Amino acid sequence: MSSIAVSTTINGDDVEYLCQPDETLLDVLRNRLGLTGAKEGCGTGDCGACSVVVDGRLVCSCLVLGAEAEGRSIETIEGMADGSELHPLQRQFIEHAALQCGICTPGFLVAAKALLEQNPNPTETEIRFWLAGNLCRCTGYDKIVRAVQAAAAEMRGEPA
Amino acid sequence: MRYERPQTIEDAAALLAGPEAKSFVLAGGTDLLVRMQNDAFEADLIVDIKAIDGMDAIAETDDGFVIGAAVPCAALAEHASLTAAWPGVVEGANLIGSTQVQGRCTMVGNLCNASPAADSVPALVAADARVRIVGPAGRREASVLEIPTGPGKTSLAKGEVIEALVLPKRAAGSGDAYLRFIPRTEMDIAVVGVGVNLTVDEAGTVTSARVALGAVAATVLLVQEAADALVGSTLDDAALQALAAACSAAATPIDDKRGTVAFRKHVAGVLARRAAQAAYDRAGGK
Repeated sequence: MSSIAVSTTINGDDVEYLCQPDETLLDVLRNRLGLTGAKEGCGTGDCGACSVVVDGRLVCSCLVLGAEAEGRSIETIEGMADGSELHPLQRQFIEHAALQCGICTPGFLVAAKALLEQNPNPTETEIRFWLAGNLCRCTGYDKIVRAVQAAAAEMRGEPA
Repeated sequence: MRYERPQTIEDAAALLAGPEAKSFVLAGGTDLLVRMQNDAFEADLIVDIKAIDGMDAIAETDDGFVIGAAVPCAALAEHASLTAAWPGVVEGANLIGSTQVQGRCTMVGNLCNASPAADSVPALVAADARVRIVGPAGRREASVLEIPTGPGKTSLAKGEVIEALVLPKRAAGSGDAYLRFIPRTEMDIAVVGVGVNLTVDEAGTVTSARVALGAVAATVLLVQEAADALVGSTLDDAALQALAAACSAAATPIDDKRGTVAFRKHVAGVLARRAAQAAYDRAGGK
C-alpha cells in the first residue's frame, strides 16, 4: 500500500504526515505524531477513550481514517491546557477525584469540553446522556458528573 | 487497499464501478471502520465522498428537504426547520450511537448498512422519503423502502452511490414520531422500532398515514393495514387497538436473547399506539 500525504491542523498548529490508507486517525496521533493523550480502549467506537474534535464535532478518532484529516481542524487533549495552566475541567477532575486509573480521562475531558461549549449550563441528565459514549470502569461516573458540573459553574463565573 | 477522495459524485460512481471487487463508500465510517478492525475484512477500494460539494448540506427546496449523504446525524437536530417539519425522522436518527457516533454517522449510511434494526429507517419509510442515486447508467430515484433487501444487503447495483435523501414537502396538519424499545436507557440497538407519519384535517380526523416497523423482520416493514386503521379516525381507542393488532400481526421477528417473538410482536403494537399518539399530537390533532 502506498502512503498518503496529509496536511491538517492539530490544536492550531499546521501538521503534515504520511499515513497508510487503512490507518486510523488515532494510530496517526499516537504512533506518528507522539500525541498519546487519546487512548485506544475498544477500537470500535464504543468506549470514547480516543475522543477528539474534528471541525467542531466530537468523534472517536478510532473511527476516522488518518487520510480523512486532510484540510480539517483537529483538537486533542494535548491542546486543552493553556501551557501549564490547566483547563477548569482538568482542575475540577483532580479536585473531585473524578479519575482513578486515568485511561478514560482524556476522552471524558475532550467530550465534556465539547458539551460545555455548546451548552454552558447542562442538567445532570444532559451531562449523563452526552457522556454515555465514554466508558469508565473505576469511578462509577458520579464523581465525573460532579466535576463537570463544578467546572461548568466555574466557567459561568459562579462562586464555588 | 486504495483510498480515494473524488470531487464529484460522478467520479465517485466511476471509481465504485471500477475493476476492484470489494469497494466501499466512506461517509461517516461508523459502520465501515468497525468492520475494518476485523482481520477477516477485506477492502480493495474506499471511496470517501465527503469532499464532494453538497454532501454535507441540508437544503430546503421545492421538493422538500434534500439531505446530503454525508450529513452527520448531529447536524439534523441543529436544523430548526427540518426538526419542526420532521421531528420523528430527526429523533430516530439521533438515537443512533453515542455523541461521538452522532458526530459522524449518517442516515444514508444507516440505510445502506442495511441492519434490520437501523433506527433512522422506519421514520424515513413512514415519511415516504426517497433517495437520489448516481451510477454508471446515470441518475435514478428510489424510495427508501426499496433500498434494503435483507440484513447487510441492498438493491444498489455495483457503481451506484446515494447522493442525497429527499423528505417530501409537508402538508399542513402533519406530524411524525419514532419510538423504539431497548433494554437500557441509551446506546443500544432496537429490539422493536416504530415510525408513524400522519396528516389530520381541521376536525382532527386522520386523512393519511404511514406506519413502518423496524427490527421485527429481515427488512423494515411498511404496514398498510396499520395505516388503514388510522385513516378516517380521530385516533380513538378502537383505532389505536386496530393499529396495535395490525402491527403485532405484521411483525415476523426472530427469537434471541434480546427479545422473544411473542414479546417483540406485543411491543410492536404497544409502541405503534404511543408513536401514533405522539405523531397525532404533533400534527395538532389533540
